[in-house]
Amino acid sequence: MNQENRIPLTPTWDHEDTSRIPYWAYTNQDVYQQELEKFFYTKHWCYVGLEAEIPEPGDFKRTAIGERSVIMVRDEDRSIYVVENRCAHRGMQFCREKHGKTKSFTCPYHQWNYDLEGNLQGVPFRRGVKQDGQVKGGMPKDFKPADHGLNKLRVAERNGVVFASFDHDVESLEDFLGPTILQYFDRMFNGRKLTILGYNKQRIPGNWKLMQENIKDPYHAGLLHTWFVTFGLWRADNRSELKMDKHFRHAAMVSTRGDGGKNDQTTNFSSFKESMQLHDPSFLDIEDEAWWGGPTAVMMTLFPSVVFQQNVNSVTTRHIQPNGIDSFDFVWTHFGYEDDTPEMTQRRLRQANLFGPAGFVSADDGEVIEFSQQGIEQNAAKKAVAELGGRNVEEADHMVSEACIRGMYDYWRKTMGV
Amino acid sequence: MKADNYLTLTQFYQNYAAIVDRGDWDAWIDLFTEDCQYKVQTRENYDRNLPMAVISLSSKGMLKDRVYGVTETIYHDPYHQLHMVSSPLIIDESDTLIVAQANYTVFRTKSNGIAEVYNVGRYQDRIRITDQGLKIESRHCIFDNDMVLNSMIYPI
Repeated sequence: MNQENRIPLTPTWDHEDTSRIPYWAYTNQDVYQQELEKFFYTKHWCYVGLEAEIPEPGDFKRTAIGERSVIMVRDEDRSIYVVENRCAHRGMQFCREKHGKTKSFTCPYHQWNYDLEGNLQGVPFRRGVKQDGQVKGGMPKDFKPADHGLNKLRVAERNGVVFASFDHDVESLEDFLGPTILQYFDRMFNGRKLTILGYNKQRIPGNWKLMQENIKDPYHAGLLHTWFVTFGLWRADNRSELKMDKHFRHAAMVSTRGDGGKNDQTTNFSSFKESMQLHDPSFLDIEDEAWWGGPTAVMMTLFPSVVFQQNVNSVTTRHIQPNGIDSFDFVWTHFGYEDDTPEMTQRRLRQANLFGPAGFVSADDGEVIEFSQQGIEQNAAKKAVAELGGRNVEEADHMVSEACIRGMYDYWRKTMGV
Repeated sequence: MKADNYLTLTQFYQNYAAIVDRGDWDAWIDLFTEDCQYKVQTRENYDRNLPMAVISLSSKGMLKDRVYGVTETIYHDPYHQLHMVSSPLIIDESDTLIVAQANYTVFRTKSNGIAEVYNVGRYQDRIRITDQGLKIESRHCIFDNDMVLNSMIYPI
């Protein structure tokens, strides 16, 4: 076997830069376990949800970080806590509801009871039972409930978005995002209260990084997503920018359609297929919003766990929850803002037909990720090519570049030590 | 409801299933009224009174646009659907409108030939009695499975 076809026993990145991505990055089980540890469980902030999902004290939502089930809950004093959904006693994943309201958490197995911060407050038969005037059984005298709370995560909130980390030494959320990404984050989440429109969830049989790559890849947008091009929402010459944080782990694809607002392309629905018109124009009843400040679409990838989407009037978070090296759940939370008119809410709901598991310009992303994984698995010694726009990692003022993918793997290599 | 009318309604439900199973999208559109609603939504959103749906169409024009997307623009793996639709349960009826529901199971078979349970739920329907026969004023597909197996291309 020549060098070219050798599958390394110890994964080594045998290319000088990240314009080639070895397939073992998507297929090696040990690599995946290390990724969970190094990206999802330490040193990173992972998305858990929106504050508006748990508006009242006692409201909780069950979600996931990596493969770990966690619960986001609002305490009596209105502060938000995130705890691991795993009883400190025998390890049972005790919370079964996806959401709800509670005064405390109780594991049904032995009724260990925790307050909403995760502190153990009740252990049945802790002091044993009295029989014939004698105390029998129970926990040893030196059993300290304080040592047996739920696994408490560090929590960061910013303008209604909640992140958590198993790593209490993680840098601040603001440092984690960096000033460039923070600016786009604050554009979308500018402190206005959010209203939850609902959820969609899809299970995509592909490696979780393929979704990060997909939203860092402007190359495919006008090629795979024929619908975008057909109805004039996307043109290769749209004014656009590719932005990254200093580690290149996060990115923002920023683009401005035509002259930004209700121009010919949206009001007349003309496009390069001049004859093609929507039967019902309301799919593209787009209204400029002041907070956009220019760009009509900003797609943010926060490594490793989430995508924030603003594409015209549709705003969502897309949560990446890996469940194996070759599969992840992709959970969409569609929302609006407290000052939306009923018409704007309807507009956001209608435009949701473009995005999500059935979306005109998203269903096909799930499909190509599935088939990429299939192709990658059939010949694990090969490498993917990401060379559009050069071999370096540089921000760009156009959409003809795979620099953000190269940037992500630059960071990935450093963190993984390969 | 008279037995004859129930038979017509049952036939209508089975005809709908046969039409989507054979991918006859023009015939699918013809089953609806002009001002129709068609929605595919998770049970979670429905039960929590959240409006978000996987597909939400509110006119016959939007149905046509969806069909254009399905047939011309969305890239996807080829697959067949097979619907098993229960007998309809009549909720309410008048001379012009039937409110009914029925359970459904959709199997998906891709080109590897293995059929899988793809979507399980119920139709909640308002069916108008017209001179041209029964037409769907609104069909609300509420599905139990928490997630879509990758993507949803064809109507349910």
